[in-house]
Amino acid sequence: MARIIVVTSGKGGVGKTTTSAAISMGLALKGYRTAVIDFDVGLRNLDLIMGCERRVVYDFVNVINGEAALNQALIKDKRCDKLFILPASQTRDKDSLTSEGVGKVLGDLSKDFDYIVCDSPAGIERGAMLAMYYADDAIVVTNPEVSSVRDSDRMLGILASKSRRAERGEEPIKEYLLLTRYSPHRVKLGEMLSVEDVQDILSLHLLGVIPESKAVLNASNSGIPVILDEKSDAGQAFSDVVRRYLGEDVTHRFIELEKKSLFGRLFGG
Amino acid sequence: MPVTHSESVEFSQTFEIKSGAVNLPVLKLLTSDVGKLSSQLRLKVSQAPDFFRNAPMAIDLHNLVDPNAEIDFVALVRAMRNCGLVPVGFCGGFEKHHQAAQAAGLSSLTLARQEPPQQPQATPTKPKVLPEEVHSRIVEQPVRSGQRIYVPGGDLVVMSQVSAGAEIMADGNIHVYGTLRGRALAGVQGNLDCRIFCQDLQAELVAVGGHYRISENIDDSLRGVPVQIYLQDQSLIIERI
Ligand SMILES: Nc1ncnc2c1ncn2[C@@H]1O[C@H](COP(=O)(O)OP(=O)(O)OP(=O)(O)O)[C@@H](O)[C@H]1O
Ligand SMILES: [Mg+2]
Repeated sequence: MARIIVVTSGKGGVGKTTTSAAISMGLALKGYRTAVIDFDVGLRNLDLIMGCERRVVYDFVNVINGEAALNQALIKDKRCDKLFILPASQTRDKDSLTSEGVGKVLGDLSKDFDYIVCDSPAGIERGAMLAMYYADDAIVVTNPEVSSVRDSDRMLGILASKSRRAERGEEPIKEYLLLTRYSPHRVKLGEMLSVEDVQDILSLHLLGVIPESKAVLNASNSGIPVILDEKSDAGQAFSDVVRRYLGEDVTHRFIELEKKSLFGRLFGG
Repeated sequence: MPVTHSESVEFSQTFEIKSGAVNLPVLKLLTSDVGKLSSQLRLKVSQAPDFFRNAPMAIDLHNLVDPNAEIDFVALVRAMRNCGLVPVGFCGGFEKHHQAAQAAGLSSLTLARQEPPQQPQATPTKPKVLPEEVHSRIVEQPVRSGQRIYVPGGDLVVMSQVSAGAEIMADGNIHVYGTLRGRALAGVQGNLDCRIFCQDLQAELVAVGGHYRISENIDDSLRGVPVQIYLQDQSLIIERI
């Protein structure tokens, strides 16, 4: 039985797809058979960030409609043979996702995979609701600003009441906070909420803090999940996140302003 | 006139009316979404079909998450009958619910207090404590933005925080042991003696018996400290405890 992880936020553009790509790659690199599904029907994006957009033949909706078998639609990652991508349809409208259809696909995938990562669309509409409905774990991606925190809070309420686990009265979805696009510098200037501020409002287990980083944009432009950029701060932060998710005790990094090295001080780098 | 045989038959008793107590299973309605409810009900009933077959059942509206929700009683009755249940009546709810429920053939019931069966006092020295029926509710999870909790006829205790954009209401008192950032309304049916107790007040709005105060008008010195909120001579008092 696979564990189903939803990467969700409420607010758009906070880094869900970046996170889904990084975490699914991270889990696969650890040897777990992992599938990552793009729930953002009409706005497919995950395949670009995973760098497999030119190999898409069938998509999630094709599988739901019975127009393609699951193994025809799953794209095997070129860098890691444990990772498979189920892309979203760019042409269909959102109503093509049905609850039964999604349940069936997740059920089928569960037999073969250890982890299924669901990249949720923004908002609290149908696509987002379906992405979280079957989840066992939720990674709530939040930027350190008030509107994002508020939307995450809203999403947490929905996770607690509208999921399958909630409806069946089972153990609730495990919720994790992932703070992304964090800039200690801007926190210091008072332009951003600090980790403590966000923790105080959401009171949630902190899975990690991903710094604001140029590496993210570079990675998505070249279709490489940023976790593979091992030298980058964001890549390392995501590696930590995966290890923490798997139960390792890893101290948080990239939260404090880094002291500039002598070199940095001399050259203002 | 002599009493004829046929008349004597008419006068021989065919029934008696006495007050008797029956125990009914109660369907505590949490949502007004009859569609969702009926599929869950079907699942439940299928787990113990013999137990539920032709079982009379009362519908309790006290625990509705949204106490104002419109309920399609006709659909509800149909859904229950389809599961083999015999809906007989309802309790709780507002006037609009009563009319709709009666129109759907349900009668108005009052839930009896859950008194223990009268037993001969074996240990008469023990003080006799009859547990009152408790309508109060304890919530251990955070109440998040967009969520709404109402406790009819009782107190609400929240062990965790209440987020901004969340709303908690009770006919009785409200206790919040985390930070209260949302709205809290105690005594919503007009009970002016109710109070709100809270560990850390950062509320958007607090109200007792309809008298409210918005965030802007809450003194900063009262934020972040344990307080109680009550009515005195029609005015809302927020005071450190
Ligand atoms: N840590 C980061 N540092 C810098 N830029 C980032 C970071 N994380 C995400 N971004 C940028 O933010 C933008 C949105 O990211 P992404 O597509 O992952 O968000 P999303 O939550 O999936 O958006 P949507 O809600 O539209 O699906 C992208 O341009 C991405 O490059
Ligand atoms: Mg996205």
